Amino acid sequence: MPAVTVSPVPARRFSPNPLVAFYQSSIGKKWVVALTGIVLIVYVLGHLAGNLQIYLGQDRINNYAEFLHNLGPLLWLIRLFLLACFVIHIVATIQLTIQNRQAKPQKYAVPGYQASTPASRTMIVSGLIVLCFVIYHLLQFTLELTHPGYRHLHDSLGRHDVYHMMIIAFRHLFISLFYVLGLFLLCTHLSHGFASVTQTLGINNRKIARVISAGGVTLAWLVFLGYVSIPLTILLGLVR
Amino acid sequence: MNFKLKVWRQKGPNVAGQFVDYEARDIPADASFLEMLDIVNEGLIKRNEDQIAFDSDCREGICGMCSLVINGIAHGPGKAKTSCQLYMRRFKDGDTIWVEPFRAITFPVVRDLCTNRSALDRMIEAGGYITARTGSAPEANSIPIGKVVADLAMEAAACIGCGACVAACPNSSAMLFVSAKVSHLGLLPQGQPERTSRVVSMVRKMDELGFGNCTNHYECEAVCPSEISASFISRLNRDYARAATRQAAVLV
Amino acid sequence: MATTLDAKIPTGPLEEKWQKHKNESKLVSPANKRKLDVIVVGSGLAGGSAAATLGELGYNVRCFCYQDSPRRAHSIAAQGGINAAKNYQNDGDSVYRLFYDTIKGGDFRSREGNVYRLAEVSVNIIDQCVAQGVPFAREYGGLLANRSFGGAQVSRTFYARGQTGQQLLLGAYQALSRQIAAGSVKMYPRTEMLELVVVEGQAKGIITRDLLTGKIQAHAGDTVVLASGGYGNAFYLSTNAKGCNVTAAYRAYKRGAFFANPCYTQIHPTCIPVAGSYQSKLTLMSESLRNDGRVWVPKQKGDKRPPDQIPEAERDYYLERKYPSYGNLAPRDIASRAAKEACDTGRGVGPGGLGVYLDFADAIKRFGEKTIRERYGNLFDMYHNITGENAYKAPMRIYPAVHYTMGGLWVDYNLMSNLPGLHVLGEANFSDHGANRLGASALMQGLADGYFVIPYTLGNYLATQMGKKVSVDRPEFKAAEQETRARIERFLSIRGKRTVADFHRELGLLLWEKCGMARDAAGLKEALQRIPELRQEFWEDVNVLGGGEEFNQALEYAGRVADFLEFAELMCLDALERDESCGGHFRVEYQTEDGEALRNDDDFCHVAAWQYAGPDSRPIRNVEPLIFENVKLAQRSYK
Ligand SMILES: Cc1cc2nc3c(=O)[nH]c(=O)nc-3n(C[C@H](O)[C@H](O)[C@H](O)COP(=O)(O)OP(=O)(O)OC[C@H]3O[C@@H](n4cnc5c(N)ncnc54)[C@H](O)[C@@H]3O)c2cc1C
Ligand code: HEM
Ligand code: HEM
Ligand code: SF4
Ligand code: F3S
Ligand code: FES
Repeated sequence: MPAVTVSPVPARRFSPNPLVAFYQSSIGKKWVVALTGIVLIVYVLGHLAGNLQIYLGQDRINNYAEFLHNLGPLLWLIRLFLLACFVIHIVATIQLTIQNRQAKPQKYAVPGYQASTPASRTMIVSGLIVLCFVIYHLLQFTLELTHPGYRHLHDSLGRHDVYHMMIIAFRHLFISLFYVLGLFLLCTHLSHGFASVTQTLGINNRKIARVISAGGVTLAWLVFLGYVSIPLTILLGLVR
Repeated sequence: MNFKLKVWRQKGPNVAGQFVDYEARDIPADASFLEMLDIVNEGLIKRNEDQIAFDSDCREGICGMCSLVINGIAHGPGKAKTSCQLYMRRFKDGDTIWVEPFRAITFPVVRDLCTNRSALDRMIEAGGYITARTGSAPEANSIPIGKVVADLAMEAAACIGCGACVAACPNSSAMLFVSAKVSHLGLLPQGQPERTSRVVSMVRKMDELGFGNCTNHYECEAVCPSEISASFISRLNRDYARAATRQAAVLV
Repeated sequence: MATTLDAKIPTGPLEEKWQKHKNESKLVSPANKRKLDVIVVGSGLAGGSAAATLGELGYNVRCFCYQDSPRRAHSIAAQGGINAAKNYQNDGDSVYRLFYDTIKGGDFRSREGNVYRLAEVSVNIIDQCVAQGVPFAREYGGLLANRSFGGAQVSRTFYARGQTGQQLLLGAYQALSRQIAAGSVKMYPRTEMLELVVVEGQAKGIITRDLLTGKIQAHAGDTVVLASGGYGNAFYLSTNAKGCNVTAAYRAYKRGAFFANPCYTQIHPTCIPVAGSYQSKLTLMSESLRNDGRVWVPKQKGDKRPPDQIPEAERDYYLERKYPSYGNLAPRDIASRAAKEACDTGRGVGPGGLGVYLDFADAIKRFGEKTIRERYGNLFDMYHNITGENAYKAPMRIYPAVHYTMGGLWVDYNLMSNLPGLHVLGEANFSDHGANRLGASALMQGLADGYFVIPYTLGNYLATQMGKKVSVDRPEFKAAEQETRARIERFLSIRGKRTVADFHRELGLLLWEKCGMARDAAGLKEALQRIPELRQEFWEDVNVLGGGEEFNQALEYAGRVADFLEFAELMCLDALERDESCGGHFRVEYQTEDGEALRNDDDFCHVAAWQYAGPDSRPIRNVEPLIFENVKLAQRSYK
């Protein structure tokens, strides 16, 4: 059995500036995580809606992509905002996780969890894998560094052929599998995250708690199914 | 009934501890968990071995002194009860039972199963009160309080300060405890003048002491002997943001 | 030499005594308060409220408790409620009526002056607690709710669910916490007082043991306020918390403070019956249950049928039968004894025949299960958890158990003991309940003492103590410290065969049988014979392991039991000397034809205050005559 000694409680400092102090506090940080989480959720949902247009055919989705690209400076503003939220979300959650691990230096010999879920206990893991997923995803589809060939895909109207890009990509078994894995972890992340946001922002209460948590899990699985359908249908040759 | 116990033994705060095996024999099913430990201890003393140190006082679930983690569950299996209210009839004959102290960096082990939970007092001292100078109180019925609010305040006030929420929380967060006090006092009209400063100071103290952050695991609610609802944490989150904006607004 | 004690009750009409006394009490200037050190032992309702208030007033307070937090004092366990003469229900209550009920409830063995003051300040307590945020039960209109309680015909009991003591204590604890944060009170949790230090006839300090490290420390102060609770645990099984002890009070007794009426113990009628010898404590079911529950036993001896098969006609609702006007709400001592009688005649129910039914079937029929659940849900749950039985379906089984001790250190109207400088509050003093305490009045007394009496009366003593500070370097402190150490050494060096608990159990059983609900001279003499033997066996054969300079629960316990072993003798002696029955003290030799307590006002209308006379001498019995100018002594009748 591991020896246990009392390790000193790490000192936490607080700025005199109330805004900074708000972020430094546990609850303040949680608010930041939740608010950035909402932004990311909105993006995930919007992006899903966009991507599902693949089922409406090449024209629709390429058109959609073209529309986005034509937003110009606005697109960059949105991207910067998203990036900022993403980074802040990650920095804050990593800080929270470090503090939380310090607060519980020794776990129980037999775990006796009653209410938490594997999803809630592995947020940092699912989050970091989603991070890897997103990085790969950006390298692949947005920066097109992993597959420079994608850059040359154009449809008959001269638009960037997003439709075929996806089809070519997901015909690779490993790429598809990696997506399924990434999306699954996003799903577990959200299955806790959706309901969690309502609690953090103080809108949860005991009357709606059950509905919210069940709703959150359902929503997370819907997001999973929605996204995962794309690589799967392509892999199975249903969409080509 | 007979049980195999695996009990955490640790001589003092700064020495290593380990699990030690004990046999608990001929335990009546109607005995409480602590009475079972009493019986084991009497056996130990007869063999000239140091008794197992564990905290208890009222033994009826109200003082919050008892603090065991039984099979990984703070206060053991079953809803809404303290360790002292756990009865052996709940276990099966021959069961192996793990007994550990509350674990959190903020609750250093004193000896065996006893921990130092004075960090909870520090948080109350930081603002968990209403300033009411003795002798200057207005007539009690001069401010009516609707039954619904009064009952809700009572529900929050029922916290026995045992710290099981901290023990059970994977992050050792004290949010349930703090939220109970903040809600109890914040719901009442008498608590309004200090509502903003109270929540900010108590949360600040909680952070300074080194409790973890709440990531909404709800283990605390599940083990809480007073059934303090996690929706008080939601209320605390709301109250804290409200207070922080007020303080920021004052600054502008 | 026995002396007659002067309680220093102010002269004048009853209603004006307290105001007059306050007007005439000495004041200490704010600048001087800062220079005065007050030692408060105990953080229950009495000690906690006193420490908070005295700190707020500007005194330098040090407060001690043996638990790990002041919030856990035993007051936390009080369930039922707190009395106050608010007359919110407009049912005819008044300060006088609360005063009268308390005097009568105490079987005319308490002081008029004190009790009137108690009733008077009861009103302020509720105001104070509400201002602190104590969430008392309320009606839909938002006003405070009340319920009725044993021994009263009006509804004057304020309550917070079944957790009144907890909420009141948290109010005091929070006020105390505020002072701790402000630096006016220094709190010493897990610190046990083991000795009182007397310097030139005045209580000037205490010796404590830090329970975590075993460190023995001397604390000097300008006065000592003792609020260390009751000694019901002398009986081993009681409704008190495991740690409740007589040590603080008994040590003070041995240093010269008089111990008054030690034989007055209260047996609470509604506890869960004993289940076996392993049992470590008894659990009280709030007396409020008697508001809706009906107490009965089968009419027939040894009737072993399950309760639902015993027809109405074959049940004896003995409280309703014997006391038609109070019925199930008869005072505790009466209800307890009636239960004992029923069981003694072989009509007890449950294992061992030591139990009576408390039946809610009628109440459930009348109000519905939902209402009963709302009122007593937590108690029913508790009962279920402990016994495994469902009281919504079958009646509860209850039996009396030791609950409260009316005896305690003798104090005068200022709450100061005969030993100058020692003030005693709450259950630790003997003051206001006479020979029997009515339900919901201990909380009232604890808070009255701490919030509203001692802050005024302490000045009377402290104003005389300016510039008389003593230091812990004085030989008195050194000697007391030395004695404390020696005692600890002695415990640890015996290494006998029996456990401390073993002795405690034996003592408890002896007291319960000989000095419990019913006592007689023969039994008491037997006990007085046996206790010294048992004590000797203890000092020869007890096994206390571990060291003195560490966290050692066995050692803590040994110290407490050692004091119980001496104190028990005083209890029995007092019971033997009091040749009458009154309230909680029922001597079988003295009873009316229908078995009611028979007082002897000619010879015993007084307080017996025992004075320590050395290890091998019989203590001296001093008396304080009780003078009744406003109420007529009457045979208590609850019929
Ligand atoms: C189960 C139960 C239910 C009750 N219900 C009611 C009720 O409904 N209404 C009512 O009016 N009364 C009730 N009572 C009685 C009432 O609760 C007590 O009489 C009252 O609370 C005593 O308060 P106190 O402050 O005097 O002592 P306590 O609350 O017992 O406090 C004693 C304090 O002294 C400290 N202490 C003791 N010994 C030492 C030592 N040697 N060194 C240092 N510190 C020490 C302890 O740590 C504690 O802080 C009930 C009692 C019990 C047991
Ligand atoms: C699209 C990407 C992401 C979305 C939509 C998302 C969403 C969310 C949401 C809604 C929460 C709940 C917030 C709350 O409890 O109030 C959350 C929590 C969390 N996220 Fe993310 N997140 C994403 C990416 C990440 C990444 C990359 C990490 C990696 C570090 C991460 C780590 C965490 C952690 C550890 C938590 C738990 C913290 C807490 O509950 O307070 N997340 N996330
Ligand atoms: C099956 C699942 C997914 C598919 C098919 C998909 C497809 C795409 C495509 C085609 C693009 C490039 C658009 C363009 O440049 O025109 C893109 C961009 C992006 N995707 Fe996805 N995506 C999927 C899942 C996800 C998930 C789960 C996330 C986030 C967690 C995500 C985050 C992003 C981001 C951040 C961009 C960059 C947006 C920009 O250019 O600003 N994607 N995705
Ligand atoms: S919130 Fe519940 S678990 Fe936490 S200290 Fe209070 S009673 Fe114990
Ligand atoms: S278990 Fe811990 S994470 Fe929050 S909801 Fe409870 S404090
Ligand atoms: S011992 Fe008091 S709550 Fe368990």
